[in-house]
Amino acid sequence: MKENMTIISNRQIAKGIYELTLAGSLVQRMRTPGQFVHMKVANSGPLLRRPLSLCDMNLEANECTIIYRAEGAGTTLLSQKLPGDTVDVLGPLGNGFPISALSSGQRALLVGGGIGVPPLYELAKQLVKKGVFVTIVLGFQTKDVAFYEERFASFGETYVATVDGSYGMKGFVTDVIHHYRLSFDVLYACGPKPMLRALANEFPHQDVYLSLEERMGCGVGACFACVCRVPHSETAYKKVCSDGPVFRAGEVVL
Amino acid sequence: MNRLAVELPGLSLKNPIMPASGCFGFGREYAKFYDLSVLGAIMIKATTLDARFGNPTPRVAETPSGMLNAIGLQNPGVDVVLAEELPWLAQYDVPIIANVAGSTVEEYVEVARRISKAPNVHALELNISCPNVKKGGIAFGTVPEVAAELTRAVKEVSDVPVYVKLSPNVTNIVAMAKAVEQAGADGLTMINTLLGMRIDVKTAKPILANRTGGLSGPAIKPIAIRMIYEVSQAVSLPIIGMGGIESAEDVIEFFYAGASAVAIGTANFIDPYVCPNIIRDLPNVLDELRIDHISQCTGRGWNNGQTVYCST
Repeated sequence: MKENMTIISNRQIAKGIYELTLAGSLVQRMRTPGQFVHMKVANSGPLLRRPLSLCDMNLEANECTIIYRAEGAGTTLLSQKLPGDTVDVLGPLGNGFPISALSSGQRALLVGGGIGVPPLYELAKQLVKKGVFVTIVLGFQTKDVAFYEERFASFGETYVATVDGSYGMKGFVTDVIHHYRLSFDVLYACGPKPMLRALANEFPHQDVYLSLEERMGCGVGACFACVCRVPHSETAYKKVCSDGPVFRAGEVVL
Repeated sequence: MNRLAVELPGLSLKNPIMPASGCFGFGREYAKFYDLSVLGAIMIKATTLDARFGNPTPRVAETPSGMLNAIGLQNPGVDVVLAEELPWLAQYDVPIIANVAGSTVEEYVEVARRISKAPNVHALELNISCPNVKKGGIAFGTVPEVAAELTRAVKEVSDVPVYVKLSPNVTNIVAMAKAVEQAGADGLTMINTLLGMRIDVKTAKPILANRTGGLSGPAIKPIAIRMIYEVSQAVSLPIIGMGGIESAEDVIEFFYAGASAVAIGTANFIDPYVCPNIIRDLPNVLDELRIDHISQCTGRGWNNGQTVYCST
């Protein structure tokens, strides 16, 4: 569950956005899209691990890919790592997107916002392999930080929205869904909380799965840092790291 | 001879390493990584009378060589701990130290009375020093007379020895230690977290929803060492030391300062295997130092290393 994985490549794919490919036997444990790893970026410097979602799992090559935004001290250090360097990886952790919610011939709508886009890639890959029709909506702040549109397009119809209108449709992912009247049997989403809240409110009577993000301590469920509330209870809770990060809409308070 | 075995009030430990309260839940998560029976003891998560949800998120923030937390004593309440968590832990050959918390003396007493009767609870840790709860907590841990009164009340109802967890957020920690010693405490655990705060540079908002939190991790180790050094020479109670321990060498340093056992907190979050790794490494460090038994390290730092003191 913990391994020093070797960096195969670590390259910038958009402004501040990096694609990191790692090799190691830990990959053989990675099965479910939406799971994450907890990474110790350096021996000195940032103390805590960083939760990073898995973007692509290649079991044959023993490699996995992670896309991250170099923002704070930890991810900035990570962006400076070179092929051949190793990083201490704990995982895979958490429960991912349930692909069993759909069968062959059904339709999935995948909605990603910003740095929430990466886990949808492995999800799209596995759904398509299963015979599910996949439609993808990607939302970004601006053109400079958009990534992976072409790669998603190989799985199904792919739409892009930017908040400032510099690329694709101007507006939010929900604007795209309305404009093109996109329909689905199951919706899967990962992104900022306001986006997830908007999607949950838009489709209250449909199957919607949302991947949440929260500041974490341990990543395994012991420290209670990343809890969220359960509707209609003062004491009930779910932990994002070990009960999630993927929840069915309505399961937790957003 | 087991070079790591340690005897403390209520506790016959196969080694002096235990996960600290609040950093290990009730053991279930780390049981997926290794056999909990290798541990000297487990200090379980603070338990209150009723279930508590705790503080809003975000609850953690990173700091240089440390972390701030404001979990707020989230726990399922003493009845659930007694019915579900402690019986589950009984499958492991490891004594439990139950961390008891509350908002009033009556609440502390009631939790202590009930939880001390559990067969695998061998000692209580009286949590008078959590900085993250508004009522109780810190007030009990900063006024010697209040801490003494609480200790006395809990001692009266507890079936097992009572260790009092001291707060570092005081001007005179020796006075606190003496007060709870006189009130009948069987041991001390120290230190709890230091009250701290961080503010986001972009938004000018405190990073923690609770605004302030408890600082832990390697950043607080020198403070813990100093406080244990001072307190261990002023009282005759055994001390379970904690505060930023990451390695077997850190453990030895805590013993030199005056500790008789140690607890590992934040380091569990960084490496889930840290406790078994330290237990594995300790005999080698003792070999390097030419020390036969871990308990010979207690207080070795008191007199510039000239005199070897034995633990009580």
